[in-house]
Amino acid sequence: MKLDLDPALVARARALARRAGEPVVDLARSHTTVAVERAVLRLSGITGADPEGLPWVNRLVDAVASDVGLGGGVALPVFHALRAEGIDDLTVLAQKAAAGSVRFTRPSGRAAAAARTAARRAARSGVRRIDRRRAERERLVARHGDPEQRPWIYLIVATGDIREDIPQAQAAARAGADVIAVIRSTGQSLLDYVPEGETHEGFAGTYATQENFRLMRAALDRSSKELGRYVRLTNYASGLCMPEIAVLAGLERLDMMLNDSMYGILFRDINPIRTFVDQRFSRQVHARAGIIINTGEDNYLTTADAVEAAHTVTVSQLLNEYFAHEAGLADWQLGLGHAFEINPDLPESFRLELAHALLARELFPDAPLKWMPPTKHMTGDVFRGNLLDGFFNLAGVLTGQGILLVGMMTEAVVTPWLSDRDIALQNVRYVLGAAGGLREDFVPAPGGFIQQRAGTVLREAVTLLESIVDDGLLPAIADGTFGIMKRPADGGRGLDGVARHEDGYFNPVTEILEAA
Amino acid sequence: MSTVIRPYGDTTGDGMVQLSFTLPIAHDKRAEGAALQLAAKMGLDPAMVVHAKPMGDAYTFFVVYGRVHHLVDLGQVQVVERDFPLMSTKDINAAVKKRLRRKLAVIGACIGTDAHTVGIDAILNVKGIAGEKGLEYYREFRVANLGAQVSVPDLVERARAERADAVLVSQVVTQRDAHLHNTREMSAAFREAFPAGKRPLLVVGGPRFDELAAGELGVDRIFGRGTTPREVASYLVHALVGAGKDV
Repeated sequence: MKLDLDPALVARARALARRAGEPVVDLARSHTTVAVERAVLRLSGITGADPEGLPWVNRLVDAVASDVGLGGGVALPVFHALRAEGIDDLTVLAQKAAAGSVRFTRPSGRAAAAARTAARRAARSGVRRIDRRRAERERLVARHGDPEQRPWIYLIVATGDIREDIPQAQAAARAGADVIAVIRSTGQSLLDYVPEGETHEGFAGTYATQENFRLMRAALDRSSKELGRYVRLTNYASGLCMPEIAVLAGLERLDMMLNDSMYGILFRDINPIRTFVDQRFSRQVHARAGIIINTGEDNYLTTADAVEAAHTVTVSQLLNEYFAHEAGLADWQLGLGHAFEINPDLPESFRLELAHALLARELFPDAPLKWMPPTKHMTGDVFRGNLLDGFFNLAGVLTGQGILLVGMMTEAVVTPWLSDRDIALQNVRYVLGAAGGLREDFVPAPGGFIQQRAGTVLREAVTLLESIVDDGLLPAIADGTFGIMKRPADGGRGLDGVARHEDGYFNPVTEILEAA
Repeated sequence: MSTVIRPYGDTTGDGMVQLSFTLPIAHDKRAEGAALQLAAKMGLDPAMVVHAKPMGDAYTFFVVYGRVHHLVDLGQVQVVERDFPLMSTKDINAAVKKRLRRKLAVIGACIGTDAHTVGIDAILNVKGIAGEKGLEYYREFRVANLGAQVSVPDLVERARAERADAVLVSQVVTQRDAHLHNTREMSAAFREAFPAGKRPLLVVGGPRFDELAAGELGVDRIFGRGTTPREVASYLVHALVGAGKDV
């Protein structure tokens, strides 16, 4: 350990994060949402969309909710209706429900027992499909191998058209990318349904759909074979459909998912309770699917000051870790985020960055930390931007980061051009090649600037956690503690899709995931 | 005024420029010739390909240096010059207090699907940017920052509810000209919802707007890259309260 952190203080920080998080977990365990219920039915086999493009699963959940409400879960009414109607296909049931020819009721007695058995059978078969995809990933990684170096090199493609994304992603993989993220269309996070099918129109990104997932994964499987290393695929389990996207990611063998505990609340103004309920379910799915989650602490630093707010990143990482462990994720699945966002005009800014990055490394020694490049202080000066990205890469190597998102010198100017990506990868390759092993020699002076700074940030984090424990996490979020955004628990989008569990709430998927 | 200038490399009048671009062909001698042809058509004479690098087997990246013979006539340059005095925070507050005799109400938002609040936050949040505090810091301003992805009808409704004197809209995403479509939709909605003379002042900002296009987009003012909160505040005072020279 290079920072000589006080182990008692580290233990105290973790204990406080748990105490701050527990009431929120209780909330998540006692509520459901339309998105969780839709995820259950997707895993149980429903597919497709109506002629207007609204998925059948939305039609079905809306019909059940309007007949019997959401508080008991949709599985029992749906599987009871399936049996009563004498059909065996959820999609057909959804079509009938949409036409108004099915009334949903809550079964009791033997009918309830039969519906429960059928729902469990369908859920089990869905979870088994996810298990098979996970085993398939393990086989392919064994066959093609992992990247030779750490950090893994993570690159974004974002054309809006999946057919354009594919050759760009394959070119990026050939040029050295280990992880490809297909950024989503702006605005998808606020859609309360998952679009269907292959898509060619997106704004500043490509819609996350099951078919787009499948196409890109298949293309990267071809690249993995060609390159002799397994190329990972990333997308975004965030926004109003977080649980459903997690399920689709598991079904299509995506490898990493952006899945922050508070991002949607702070930056998309999604209701906090909706977010925490959706998040817990989606993390249970990710845990089962062997997916690495990426958290979004970097975003706080784009709105708040990276020095003043450094401890809020630490606090959020500790909360994300607690929520993740509670949902069943292992340390190797925690791509906790942080970023190189200190104003470069500040004296000793690089030493401060090293202190913050090393603090994250030492607090979470077994997590594949996700290291995010400068964006806030990137200007149209692409030459300065390239230099800054070089220092970012160097900090990543020196502090042993797990996943390095490649910075673009044209950040804040254009969505990356082919040449921008090539120059950025050249930058990464130079730093990895020239200083890949420098971590071994990088030992901050005892009691020096870096050790002191890391200690200060940790102490500030503990102080903030203490006040969050006293006031409650939801009030802290309402007060603008993270990223300056103020988000009250009774505000934000998606609140009308939240329901408190009623007696006898039944969710066959949660049952299986929590039994594991 | 008619001053003529040329680009400057290391000697006055040398006309030297650099540019970089990608051509969708494999790297070979013909590719370098193609780069030189493009440079020549762009007016670089002589042009030198100083760097050519293959990217995959179908693209080549070039850096070209060369001399241009074009002249820039400074007398013909058209820009939006700041036509209002840049005031201090103190003077801005004093002007609002003395002349408006109530708080100046401002609402701000990113509209459409745009989720990039960095710009509107820099102008509105106390935190501000580059050492300058945002409008929330001004004692005589009442500010509501609605955040990201606000719909135009919601924006109009809030402007009415808050009796906004000015509406600030930030637009970063420019794909398929989204920033222009959104701005036109917004200005049309305000024109429809408010009688002439009662409409709040409409101000848009973002790195890719043409500051000359305010009239065409139906807004009162456009602010581009590098705008500071104090400039915006000074403009609002100038446009809504009067020039304030005697404050």
